[in-house]
Amino acid sequence: MNIEAPPLWSNGPKPGLFYDFPGRSVGQSLVNDHAKTHTMYPTTTGTSVIGIVFDGGVMIAADKLGSYGSLARFRNVERIFKATDEAVLAFGGDIADYQFIREVIEQKVRDDECGGYSKQLDAGALHSWLTRVLYNRRSRFNPLWLDCVVAGFRAGKPFLGFVDKIGTAYEATEVASGFGQYFAIPMLRSAREKKSDGIFTQAEARKVIEEAMKVLYYRDCRGFHRYMVATVTKEGVTIDDDLDLKKDTNWDLAHLTKLL
Amino acid sequence: MAAACVDSLQLLLPHDWPKQEVMTGTTIIAVEFDGGVVVGADTRTSSGTYVSNRATDKLTKVTDSIYCCRSGSAADTQAIAHVVASHMEILEVKSGEAPSVRVAASTFREICYKYRDSLSAGIIVAGWDKQNGGQVYMVPIGGMLIRQSVALGGSGSTYIWGHLDATYKPGMQKEECVEFVKKAVTLALNRDGSSGGCVRVGIITKDGVERRTFLHHELPEYYLG
Repeated sequence: MNIEAPPLWSNGPKPGLFYDFPGRSVGQSLVNDHAKTHTMYPTTTGTSVIGIVFDGGVMIAADKLGSYGSLARFRNVERIFKATDEAVLAFGGDIADYQFIREVIEQKVRDDECGGYSKQLDAGALHSWLTRVLYNRRSRFNPLWLDCVVAGFRAGKPFLGFVDKIGTAYEATEVASGFGQYFAIPMLRSAREKKSDGIFTQAEARKVIEEAMKVLYYRDCRGFHRYMVATVTKEGVTIDDDLDLKKDTNWDLAHLTKLL
Repeated sequence: MAAACVDSLQLLLPHDWPKQEVMTGTTIIAVEFDGGVVVGADTRTSSGTYVSNRATDKLTKVTDSIYCCRSGSAADTQAIAHVVASHMEILEVKSGEAPSVRVAASTFREICYKYRDSLSAGIIVAGWDKQNGGQVYMVPIGGMLIRQSVALGGSGSTYIWGHLDATYKPGMQKEECVEFVKKAVTLALNRDGSSGGCVRVGIITKDGVERRTFLHHELPEYYLG
């Protein structure tokens, strides 16, 4: 056995340390970006967003609150916006990041229009694009702190997709973020299972969305009673703003508490 | 191997509200008037950002004519109130008369001060006794004791200090106090994420205690822009 054998290999990656991959562009290597810290916490935030597919389209809802920690600071924030006639998006998470990505998407749509493209971006395309953007930011340790629901059509069929800040993306017939995952999704799924054909009419979808938003208001400390609903059908996009569920809430149980 | 294992609960439940202590995030208030006191509170108990009880009763009886408003850890405040109530019962037997509000407040203070490093409790003690009529005592976190004609507590109180300073006037009558308390708690619960639900009010006078509950959707409406 040769005790003095040279190392099997050298100049390779060292465990636990950053490695300088060869072939990076010259410009980058002049900048020390290894230890750059980016904002890793959200400041003003929106809570849950929920979405459901019905016969002929898709419906999503989100409340109108921007919370600053526990303070209900901004009470008329529109967390849903229309991108094209075939795509609406709803966002939870950092509002500043939402406004940033909304600007980017709106510019994208303008560019398409000006460039004379005959086909507008649809929800499926935006969902794929958004997934790549969010995953890329996460991989550079500078995430856009967002939970997104993308709703509309993909190649003519109703589409509902979800993407989160780390780039987890999927498509489903009911999606939700935040507290919606725990409270709304079971309600939406259970309502669908109760239907023999598993298909909602638009009115039924609206009803189940309203019920879910009520539960979220009851049980989420960051919930709010003013909300918006967006519906996408073949006819286009309808956004119902300034909805208020407070008067429909049930507080009878307060009278059942045994008071001392 | 141990270092590579991840807490499986963490994978299933990335949010940490199941592990959060149950707090009464809270807005609590008490006001003295000639003849008694009015106490008020919201009805939200939270575990992190989950509302574990949306119809809580934070106005807890200490004696027939002394109540306390609890904020902070739900467990800590319930335990303390229970201990003080039991002390007051014994005191009533020993002395042959109802304990004074000051004595109850002082007992709260004794516990909250002695165990200040282990407790998270902000308590308002309010009631009526025949020696001094209606009295409100504040025992904030840390365990000091001070009498105030109007006391605020809990996370929601931060949003109504200005409202208090601008609106409170000494010498209000009973129903004025009830309106004042209802308005103050409503304003706070509209802004504080840790407060919410309904408004519970207690009116304590020589004739005993009257309890009122104002349901959430019947609360007064304020600017919501």
